Amino acid sequence: MSSNIENFLDRPYEAGFHSDVEMETFAPGLDEETIRKISAKKNEPDFLLQFRLKAYEHWKTMTEPDWVNAEYEKPNFDEIIYYSEPKKKPKKDSLDEVDPAILEVYEKLGIPLHEQKMLQNVAVDAVFDSVSVATTFKKKLKEAGVIFCSVNEAVEEYPELVERYLGSVVPYTDNFYAALNSAVFSDGSFVYVPKGVTCPMELSTYFRINTQDTGQFERTLIICEDDAYVSYLEGCTAPQFDTNQLHAAVVELVALENAEIKYSTVQNWYAGDEEGKGGIYNFVTKRGVCEGDNSKISWSQVETGSAVTWKYPSCILKGDNSVGEFYSVALTNHHQQADTGTKMVHIGKNTKSTIISKGISAGVSQNSYRGLVKMTPSAEGARNYSECDSMLIGDRCGAHTFPYIDVRNPTAQVEHEASTSRIGEEQLFYFLQRGIDEEDAISMIISGFCKDVFHELPMEFAVEAQALLGIKLEGSVG
Amino acid sequence: MLLEVKDLHVSAGETPILKGVNLEVKAGEVHAIMGPNGSGKSTFAKVLAGHPAYEVTSGTISYDGEDLVELEPDERSREGVFLAFQYPVEIPGVSNSQFMRQAYNERRKAQGKEELDPLQFDDLIREKVKLVDMDPEFLNRSVNVDFSGGEKKRNEILQMAVLEPKLAILDETDSGLDIDALRVVSNGINTLAGDDNAVVMVTHYQRILDYVQPDYVHIMTDGKIVRSGDKQLAIDLEEQGYEKLAAQQGVA
Repeated sequence: MSSNIENFLDRPYEAGFHSDVEMETFAPGLDEETIRKISAKKNEPDFLLQFRLKAYEHWKTMTEPDWVNAEYEKPNFDEIIYYSEPKKKPKKDSLDEVDPAILEVYEKLGIPLHEQKMLQNVAVDAVFDSVSVATTFKKKLKEAGVIFCSVNEAVEEYPELVERYLGSVVPYTDNFYAALNSAVFSDGSFVYVPKGVTCPMELSTYFRINTQDTGQFERTLIICEDDAYVSYLEGCTAPQFDTNQLHAAVVELVALENAEIKYSTVQNWYAGDEEGKGGIYNFVTKRGVCEGDNSKISWSQVETGSAVTWKYPSCILKGDNSVGEFYSVALTNHHQQADTGTKMVHIGKNTKSTIISKGISAGVSQNSYRGLVKMTPSAEGARNYSECDSMLIGDRCGAHTFPYIDVRNPTAQVEHEASTSRIGEEQLFYFLQRGIDEEDAISMIISGFCKDVFHELPMEFAVEAQALLGIKLEGSVG
Repeated sequence: MLLEVKDLHVSAGETPILKGVNLEVKAGEVHAIMGPNGSGKSTFAKVLAGHPAYEVTSGTISYDGEDLVELEPDERSREGVFLAFQYPVEIPGVSNSQFMRQAYNERRKAQGKEELDPLQFDDLIREKVKLVDMDPEFLNRSVNVDFSGGEKKRNEILQMAVLEPKLAILDETDSGLDIDALRVVSNGINTLAGDDNAVVMVTHYQRILDYVQPDYVHIMTDGKIVRSGDKQLAIDLEEQGYEKLAAQQGVA
């Protein structure tokens, strides 16, 4: 019966096509010259070039970390293409100026940048290989005072904001991949919500790696001022190549007093074939700081893709009464490996954090939860609740949990719960006996298992996430 | 004839468990199958529902004129075969009403009828809940998760009431119930039992037969039905025990 379950999970990767879009691509390899070229290409101000160069110098002194619970062939940094952009790229004020071939790619992915999104009230930024190609809805957002644009544009138009916040949450010295990203990042999304503004729509970015041997190094920076709110969605796909591609992004969030940022990800990078050949290395640093009192940052992620996923969306809870949340579903199949989780660092008084992690492993995959809950001496009255559940499908996969708990304040409370379950013959038979076929049964079991996380996703994403896990929403609304 | 079992032999792996079971059940009848632990009575119940752990090695099961062995477990269910589980399974995150609606609608689909939406189904199930004296709050809880033993059994009867099977097989539904729960469960069975359907109760104790009147009582030992009779047989059994009755095999 378990082979049927595997067949069910075995659907082909639908985003695996590659499109012929004319690209301008730098030669592979990295040196100071490449960095200067990237910077010059973008007419960057000097502070940014200096930021990149310092990061590069620092990166050279670092060694690649190897503590991840995964085995993979290390990327050869001399063979990676660090910059690739669609040709004919004057600045785009409207979608009409975007290469139709690129729009077609996004349409194929089910991401219509045109009318549909308008109706759905979602503003979309699309990052193709390294460069942002279209940001819809800019005007309406601008009226509300919200800035939503590519990082490149932000550098040009709001250099003081970029200079102030870039690297303020994830400094270039943070880790090997963050340093690399800081040196070579090519674009990304920038969001700024001013004081007292509730962003009138969900903001969304779709990332697409298209060129073989390209590394994708984007940077996302979101700033929410006092009493502001924004919900941000991120989706990722890549074509099927039999070589591995590196994706080393950095995401920084800053929430000031009473501000709230909700950040949701559906990650479906190409995972490699059934033998484990090819696929994306998803090595990403995501961190938010609750700078102000009563602020809140919430990460939700559905991770179904990538050959290797290695990331820990984290919250630094500085402001008193600030709240950090992490809701995660990670599904691995075949030879996929995921080592993901979060860090909650409590600094302010009465700070609260919640961690709900659901790992589903099938095939011969390995799925690890790794998380740190840290209560610093100043975290008077802080609380954390963590729940890490693993589900195994078949008997050749693995689930691992590595919780780290560090409490330095006697008034702080930390709770951790963990469970492991298996879709078993008895459970399936129960569904069958009630007339529910196997496919629907597995859908319902998995969707039930992930329910607490799906609840946290914006409606649109919840639908996409369920579809991704092969789940019909039908029947779950009752 | 609703159910006709002829010389049924069943193995689990290499181990033979049923060794020639014969049974005929007509619509409108209530049958009780009694027997000691390990006699094969629970296996028999699961085989009728198509449990994948068992293999029919010889013999036939005909249900409503169809070869039941050829049907997949979910097809059997949609054709009206219901098994109340001895150990109902927990399904975290899937609400009781969602689960039952899915099951109910699968049956409706198979019958070419329109499916019920959540609101319509809610009306239906709230009526059914009264029958088993369950707090409607249970409908919003995950299927069987944190239910007591008695609540799980009631929940099985509730599902039976919703699905209105033609053939209801109850696998030791009475075991582990206190007297109130037993009364509720029996009431549910009696409400369902009508002229168009049949109930086969697998049970260890005579006790439930005080509440549900069987038309036939069968005694199973070592994978065979060794004696059949009316309710008196159950009473004799209570007094004399299985060994003695089984020794008189063939007499009745």
